[in-house]
This record gives sequence, structure tokens and C-alpha cells, in this order.
Amino acid sequence: MIPFFQWTGLSFEAAWTVSTIAEILLIALPVMLAVALVIYADRKIWAAMALRKGPNVVGPIGILQSFADGLKVFLQETIIPSAANKGLFLIAPIITFTVALMAWAVIPFNSGAVLADINVGLLYILAISSLGVYGVVIAGWSSNSKYPFFSAMRASAQMISYEVSIGFILICVVLWAGSFNLNDIVKAQKDHVWIINGFVANPLLFPVWVMFLISGMAETARAPFDLTEAESELVAGYQTEYSSMAFALYWLGEYANVLLMCTLNATLFWGGYLPPLDIPVLYLVPGLVWLLLKILFFFFIFSWVKATVPRYRYDQLMRLGWKVFLPLSLFFVFAISGYLMATRYGVAA
Amino acid sequence: MTLGQIIKSFTLWEFVKAHWLTLKYLFKPKATINYPFEKNPLSPRFRGEHALRRYPNGEERCIACKLCEAVCPAQAITIEAEPRDDGSRRTTRYDIDMTKCIFCGFCQEACPVDAIVEGPNFEYATETREELLYDKAKLLANGDKWERAIAANLEADAPYR
Repeated sequence: MIPFFQWTGLSFEAAWTVSTIAEILLIALPVMLAVALVIYADRKIWAAMALRKGPNVVGPIGILQSFADGLKVFLQETIIPSAANKGLFLIAPIITFTVALMAWAVIPFNSGAVLADINVGLLYILAISSLGVYGVVIAGWSSNSKYPFFSAMRASAQMISYEVSIGFILICVVLWAGSFNLNDIVKAQKDHVWIINGFVANPLLFPVWVMFLISGMAETARAPFDLTEAESELVAGYQTEYSSMAFALYWLGEYANVLLMCTLNATLFWGGYLPPLDIPVLYLVPGLVWLLLKILFFFFIFSWVKATVPRYRYDQLMRLGWKVFLPLSLFFVFAISGYLMATRYGVAA
Repeated sequence: MTLGQIIKSFTLWEFVKAHWLTLKYLFKPKATINYPFEKNPLSPRFRGEHALRRYPNGEERCIACKLCEAVCPAQAITIEAEPRDDGSRRTTRYDIDMTKCIFCGFCQEACPVDAIVEGPNFEYATETREELLYDKAKLLANGDKWERAIAANLEADAPYR
């Protein structure tokens, strides 16, 4: 996009700035729109599995429900509890929301179509998703209220626990792809097994993907790991004291994170913007469409799990994270690096 | 743990089964009634909003025996009575506090002349509390409005009484 802005008479630096801002908007606005529609889809899928109809009044088959909810929330008053720390209380939802959007910078939407094509893209995503916990912790702390505080403690312990195993899982992917750059990781998945594009077809990486999917649910605090907002124990968790737009920012941030997890599943294990099979005809469909289809598929899985599995108990969550996923992912790091040593790099002397 | 249990737990077999079940439910017809446009059938014994009935010639049925007032466990009914000009005994006041009423149906069971009945109507939400303090005029109006449905329900239920 830089040449276009240079053609309008701007210097290279100005053109770079303007085009980067334009690209950010080009990613952030569709993501926000997708979040609104995905919230609606989530409610519809959940309802259908419980033999309900779900939202069906606002707009045709209720498709405008999220926008109606957004408008309602926007018109409400932002209540700040008198005992709360006002500055932190207001900045916490902004942190969550911003961080949820930041990670999209390194996602390749098509071959080379990525905002920041940095070589440590995967590390960047790990760093950003670790930052996400701050929004929750600060919210729980600054609310100066009992249940939000408990929830914040749970959230920080949960996210840190699962980031450990996610780290090892990502190392498996990096070992096989030989790069931290997401674009290169996608390219490395081409023709991975026979004509299948994607690491999942690999028997060594398939269990790793299952662990990544489950850890992703825990990382985004989705059901069945939504202990941070277990309403039977903690009212609404860290967002108990929030209202109006501050609440809506949590809401949007949460679903933006879920979408990001779906995108990471698609990008790291299912071939990202590549078609599922390496057949020339399938390349006629743009890569963005394949990526979107994969994201929607994973979002369906997330909703499906939410509609099926009851909430875990907190000690079960910790057990799964530390006693099951950590040793298993560690085992796969050794198994995969050993296999690659033996086959790709030759056994070292 | 037996080998079978270990295999089941590592293949997440229980989860796969559960997800297959919910996937089947995803495509089943939905149980939701599209309420204001669709309604569930009601039993003839349904106990909804109260009504005071009349005889076909327009004479009100209630003879002010006060059995309903006496039996009402919530003490929601208030009746005052005196002889009318033609000498018959009638109520001058028949109030039901619908905010007290527990819809037990004792009043219609107690009534010797089928005057006070609970009709099939349940959609009478009001914006103020005062509107739920029903007087005789309101109850008689209900009776006139719902007479056909009430008569049909009483007839349908008669064989079982």
C-alpha cells in the first residue's frame, strides 16, 4: 500500500505511516465486526444444542442481536464503585481490549498479507497473550471487591499454568517448521503429509494440536475452563463491578481472544491460508477465504465444547495443566526433536 | 486403571461421545415456543385470572354466600352484601386482591353456583400495583369477556367432578 500513498505525493516516511494506519484499520475493524457476529453465532449454536432457538427477534433470524446489545450497553451509565481505584479501574478493560487486538498484527491472512512480518512472530504472540492477564488482574484488584479479587487470582494462576504448556507446544511447531515467523510456519505446512497441508496430519503433531486446542480454551478462559467467571461461585468474576462500555470492552476482548486462538489453531496446525489439500484447483479460492473457513470451523468447535462439557473444578484445572499437559508437551518436545535429529539433520556425532 | 480405561482416557473417548450427542441435538427440532405468536395448549382445569359469571339472562350468579371469602387461604377476597330492591341477596362489594391470590382454586371449588371461576387467561400483567386490586365491576367484565371459554372448560371438566 506504500507505493499508492507515495503516488499521491507523500514522502516515503509519511506514506509508510499512513499505509500502516490504513492496514491496522483494515484488520481491526473487520475483527470487531467478526466479534459481534461471532457472539451471535456462539449464542445460536449454544441454544441449538440445548434445543432452544436463541436470539431470533432483532433483524432477520436475530443477526443484529449483538449490535442491539452493544447499543444498549453504550447508552448505559459507567458506574465506578466509590471504593475502587478509579484510574486502574478504568484502564483495566482498555488493556484487555487493546491486547486482544494487538496480537492480530502478526497473523498472515494470505501469502505475505501480514501487517508486521517479523521473524519472532510466535514469540510476539506469546508475549502479548501473557500481557492479557494484566487486564484481568488489575480489574480484580482495583474493583476493591471480594469476588472480583478471587477471580483475578484464579485467572492469573490459570493463564500462567497453561501458558507453560502452550510454550512447549509452540516449540514443537517451531522445531518442525524451523522458523518463528508465522508466514514461514504456514509455508512449511505445504504438502506436509502426502498432499495434506497442515501439521495435524502428522501423527507426532496431532496429539500436540489436541493439547493446544484444550490449552487454548483454558488460556482464553472459555467453557469448560471459565472458572474466572463461575457465576455460582464468583457472581460474574473480575467483571462484577463493571457496567456499560467498560463491561462491553471485556466482552469484545474475550471474544477477540477466542477468535485469535481459533486463528492460531488454523495457522499453526491446519495450514493457515493454504487450502486443506495441495490440489491446484483449490488454490483458485483466495487464501483469506480458506483461513476464514478454518477460523469459523474452530469457533464452532469452541462453541460446541462450551455447549457440551460442564465446568471444571479448580483443582481439576490445575491438575490438567501441571500434571497432564506439562509432562505430555515436554515429552513431545523431546520426541519431535529426537525424530527431527534422526531424520532431517542426521544424528549428531 | 485397566488398559481399557487408560486408552479411553487418552483418546478422550467420553468427550468424543458427548460431542457426538450434542452434535445430534444441534439438528433436532427446537423445543422453544415462539411465545407471543405461538402458545402451549392449556388444560381445562388451568387456573388463571378470576371472573364472576352471569346466568344466560344476564343475572349475576353470585349470591353472596361468602364461602369463597371464608375458604380463601390467602384472604384475598373481600365481600360485602345486602338485600337488593327485589329482595334477593346480592353482593354490594366483591374485591379480589390479585397480588395476594395464590391461584389455589379453592374459591371456585367452594362456590355453590359456579359464580367465581378462574379462567384460562394468564396475560393480564399491569404497569401498576393498583390495577391488580380487582373490584366487582372488573370481575363481572372478565366474566362477560371470557364466558365462552370458561363455559367450554367447565363442560370439558364436568365428567371428572
